[in-house]
Amino acid sequence: MIDINELTAIFARNAIEQRQLKASTLVDEFYKKIESDDPDTHAYLTLSKERAYSKAAEIDALADKGEALPPLAGVPIGIKDVLVTKGVKTTAGSKIIGNFIPPYTCTAVQRLEDAGAIVLGKMNCDEFAMGSSNENSAYGPVKNPRDRSRVPGGSSGGSAAAVAAGTAVATLGTDTGGSIRQPAALCGIVGLMPTYGRVSRYGLIAFASSLDKIGPITKTVADAALLLRHMAGRDPLDSTSAEISVPDYIAELEKPVTGLRIGVPKEYFAEGLDSDVRSYVEAAIQKLSKAGCEIVQISLPSTRYAIPTYYVVATAEASSNLARFDGVRYGHRAANANTLSEMYRRSRDEGFGPEVKRRIMLGTYALSAGYYDAYYLKAQRVRAVLAKEFADAFTKVDAIVSPSTPTPAFKLGEKVDDPLAMYLSDLYTVGPSLVGIPGISVPCGTATSADYHGLPIGFQVLGRHFEESTILRIARAVESLTATP
Amino acid sequence: MKVTEKEVDYVADLANLELTSEERTRMVRDLNSILEYVDMLSEVNTSNVAPMAQVMTPGVTELGYARRDDVLRPCLPHADALANSPAKHPDFFKVPKVIER
Repeated sequence: MIDINELTAIFARNAIEQRQLKASTLVDEFYKKIESDDPDTHAYLTLSKERAYSKAAEIDALADKGEALPPLAGVPIGIKDVLVTKGVKTTAGSKIIGNFIPPYTCTAVQRLEDAGAIVLGKMNCDEFAMGSSNENSAYGPVKNPRDRSRVPGGSSGGSAAAVAAGTAVATLGTDTGGSIRQPAALCGIVGLMPTYGRVSRYGLIAFASSLDKIGPITKTVADAALLLRHMAGRDPLDSTSAEISVPDYIAELEKPVTGLRIGVPKEYFAEGLDSDVRSYVEAAIQKLSKAGCEIVQISLPSTRYAIPTYYVVATAEASSNLARFDGVRYGHRAANANTLSEMYRRSRDEGFGPEVKRRIMLGTYALSAGYYDAYYLKAQRVRAVLAKEFADAFTKVDAIVSPSTPTPAFKLGEKVDDPLAMYLSDLYTVGPSLVGIPGISVPCGTATSADYHGLPIGFQVLGRHFEESTILRIARAVESLTATP
Repeated sequence: MKVTEKEVDYVADLANLELTSEERTRMVRDLNSILEYVDMLSEVNTSNVAPMAQVMTPGVTELGYARRDDVLRPCLPHADALANSPAKHPDFFKVPKVIER
């Protein structure tokens, strides 16, 4: 039997195609590992065994007949619990839809299953994807497999932890302000946020519609390229999905990075950056330079305004999106309410956790009469300023690199009582989110300082809209140049 | 302090939330600390900048979404749509009385 801890999507698929491995055996092995290891990590909320075994049987039958297998045949994956799966409980990490059984499946998940992937289960996450540590899940926190006293990051904490723990080969996460890249960095794996519009969001339980994206979390850059290839592309069910061709990202990975111009924004290396993170990221930049990239110092002067902008725009959109949870059509309904209005209010108060209420309140305030111009409209204008600065930078460089996070994984409970401190852990990820460009986090080293000893460090690569190929190539170079022999 | 307890009550009302007195006290503190931080946005000169509500993508209109042809297609069957409702009457969602008489 192969070592499932090290298993990549590409390896699994090839082993199944070459009949070295049956898909159903692989599913068995993963459920055994989940049973023994997941109680310590708590990455899974729901297991979808029936769905997994029926898909595995389908793949094995094809293989037995000697037929050509689909591109992700037998690859065991996990799905963040904000993506709906027909017939499989989907909670968004919230009590308010704790028993929700979706009547349809999210397009991104459907496409991966159509390509042969096997859904093992649904991954723990911050409630409605609101958080940076996974401590806002109504079902309890996820622990970082690298150090169980620490957070895995958030909001796709379960998705990242499962890949790091080897209880899934790959997972899907969602990124609104950093929720794929930040947990990938903190768990020492690869997380890709595609361009806004690249992947359909049909079936994503909306948090902030102008910011939400679905993307893969994987062990290798090549796996991220493979999954993106099979998720991306126009979907008539999502009117914001882009009409633009999807490249063969795996083939594109083979192109050299020589001659690429890589921007290093000085604002991403300023105050607040851990010294180990800085030195490993700078060392990786040196290696890219030696590999033939041209390193260009750039400036994104409004960087410090990205977090306040994000927390106005995202919460305003959330306050509107989350109005649908009212106890009428699905989810929790308060008992013994006498009027409709009382039922709405009590159902929501009982069903939502503290961070979700905080964001609904902040967003409602920012949209309310008298404050709309000062907060919401102002934030939208600053968002345009940020977009202009990135656009200007991309006339001089082909990609921008930075740390993914200011520090490696922090301790469970460390920031839970201080919302602002928690928001600041998204320092390097929210700007690109607001602008809609793609970004990837790839591991570039392991911290040696006393505070973060042995914890992984993430390297972020950002690209122009729809140029995922470029950032994947650079991430792949970082992956191989920084690999420990 | 920018936000008072009275304003928190007003916003909670708009948001259809019923906060306990404990939650309200905490909310006053949290909203003030976050809004104080957000105030740094006033440092940015945006006098000639149009607000950006949406990221433009190919094949999508200026309004931020693509149009599709107006053709009939099957929708979610009633039984499926009602399946997750906490209270239903054969073909409807059931809610407490809306109109008092």
